[in-house]
Amino acid sequence: MADQTSTANAWPANSAPTDLIPPGRKRLGWALLAVATLGLLATIVVQILYKTEVDTIGFYTWRPVVYAYLLWGVALGAWQVLTRGEDGQRALFLLPALLFTIAMVIFPTLFGFYIALTDWNLSSFSGRRFNGLDNFWQMLRDPYYRNALFNMVFYVLAVMVEYAIAFGLALLLNAQIRARKFFRVVFLLPLMLSPVAVSWMIGKSLMEYRFGPAATLARHLGWDNPAFFSDPVIARISIMVLDAWTFIPFMMIMLLAGLQAMSREVIEAARVDGANAWQTFWQVTFPLMLPVSVTAAILRIIFKLKLADIIITVTSGGPGGATDSVSSFIYREYRDRSNVGYGTMLAMVYLIIIVVFVTWLLKFASRFVRNVN
Amino acid sequence: MSVQTTDYTVSEIRSPAAFITSRAFIYGALVFWSFVCLFPIYWTITTSFKSAVDVTQGHLIPFVDFQPDWKGWRSLGLSPDSIFQTSTVRDEFLKRFMNSVITSVGASSLAIIIGSLAAYGLTRYRYHFAWFKNEDISFFFLSQLILPPVVLALPFLVLYREVALLDTRIGLVLLYTLMVLPIVIWIMRDQFNSIPVELEEAALVDGLTIWGAFFRIVMPIALPGMVAAFILAMVLCWNEYFFAALLTSTDAKTIPVMVASQTGSQGINWWSMAALATAAIAPLATIGIALERYLIMGMTAGSVK
Repeated sequence: MADQTSTANAWPANSAPTDLIPPGRKRLGWALLAVATLGLLATIVVQILYKTEVDTIGFYTWRPVVYAYLLWGVALGAWQVLTRGEDGQRALFLLPALLFTIAMVIFPTLFGFYIALTDWNLSSFSGRRFNGLDNFWQMLRDPYYRNALFNMVFYVLAVMVEYAIAFGLALLLNAQIRARKFFRVVFLLPLMLSPVAVSWMIGKSLMEYRFGPAATLARHLGWDNPAFFSDPVIARISIMVLDAWTFIPFMMIMLLAGLQAMSREVIEAARVDGANAWQTFWQVTFPLMLPVSVTAAILRIIFKLKLADIIITVTSGGPGGATDSVSSFIYREYRDRSNVGYGTMLAMVYLIIIVVFVTWLLKFASRFVRNVN
Repeated sequence: MSVQTTDYTVSEIRSPAAFITSRAFIYGALVFWSFVCLFPIYWTITTSFKSAVDVTQGHLIPFVDFQPDWKGWRSLGLSPDSIFQTSTVRDEFLKRFMNSVITSVGASSLAIIIGSLAAYGLTRYRYHFAWFKNEDISFFFLSQLILPPVVLALPFLVLYREVALLDTRIGLVLLYTLMVLPIVIWIMRDQFNSIPVELEEAALVDGLTIWGAFFRIVMPIALPGMVAAFILAMVLCWNEYFFAALLTSTDAKTIPVMVASQTGSQGINWWSMAALATAAIAPLATIGIALERYLIMGMTAGSVK
């Protein structure tokens, strides 16, 4: 753990030099860390021995290891302060979040990769069995997973439409209007509602086939058979409408902030030069808004890649798995079939796809913004 | 967010007809979208007062179309005439409600505490953590944002069973903290960057320690940002469904899980479902409307330079 803070930045160099710390205090710090590390390791070893039935002394659950890790974290902080003085106090700002995230992300993800390589069904008695890449080959043959991945492409592309609507709304709110605050609160409201409640409110009651108001309206408009969730294509679009309804405010607010931060002079200059509203928007407003737009769209895409709750509650993937997102598909793989090993393999592959995709997206976006401006 | 109103400049003066048309279009669009936003909420609230006939016949306006009745709320045990009687549904609902409150407040608070500290450290000091520098550490935190819940859910299911945290509120709090931590760090970094370093330098000269300077000088200034991050984290945690559905079964079930499990069953009445949905969205809608300013501040942090 070489966590060193250099004092080379603009911060005033009034921190106590390391050599002013008495050696006794340093020794105490090191001793503390050593004891805590030994304690943590001992707990883990005892627990492993107990669980593998080499040993009979141990704890029923792994909970003590968690406590040992917490104590070790505290000792690590104390060690920093005791041995390195003010530099250690600075490191203390970062340590809690760092230890927390590492414990909560790195270890479970590594563990997840291991589960992904096992044949493990929670409902069967045989327990966990290592089976190499079998889950992976099974995944390649799985038409439902392919369909879910294809759906994700479609769902991500739907962000374009959401973006256009959100931009329109932001422009409306930025116009000279009365009761701006009222409209802003109203437009923001859907974002605060729980997607699960929204699934019922809109998906299951407003869009209800027999007497939901949306279905009645559709009948009036000449659609004889307004079944929003039985045809695969229409069901996908309905899911997107639901999701868009909750998340459009998110992009709208970011775009509105961008519009308000834009200097008025530029637009007025364009007007003076004789550009009409249409030209002003496309030649001036839109290019200036590009950085904010890209940020908003990327954040929205990241959220979209996690889409699950609406699909789980409204269609449970139906009809016939047509609307499944990857997350909802894996959710059902676990819930209905208790297939932890295979489900985790799907999740890990999805993680890799996402990481590659988002990395590419960030690169592409930054180049795109640079080229246009 | 300040609202700028500029006077109409010379170039904007057009013929009265064109002006009226554009005004009509703008207000028409605003009213239309308000309708889109509000109608589902209106529909849900009114449906909780409807009987079956009113639902099937599509009656919309209370007292004109139909006679409102506390039907849905009675089935939840929350109507005026049933509020003092014992009701198992109400007990269940209140238990879920408390679970939601505790997990979302707990997770948001924890995330604010460790997130603010980390954000402060990252904006003020230079760290070397093995070969990681500040930028790498920031990226490490923010990159958690793209981690989909489904990747963590299954390992956590197994791990939580091993450490006896499955179906506990603490387990959910820890996961929710992880979920909102990147957002909190993002907002707070922006917040601390806007505070001049000179303030702390003066405080250090006056003899405060660096932690003293943080608590007594920086934190009061950064409080609005903390509130903004807290509200945003609250919204995300309160509405979270995926982890809660997988990791809780009886004790720690939250409101969204309860709502979802009710929609799954076929026999459920529309009015009680509507009442439940209303009760589930009411707290956040209220908070959101009251603290809208902070919510917007949180969402726009760092996006507009």
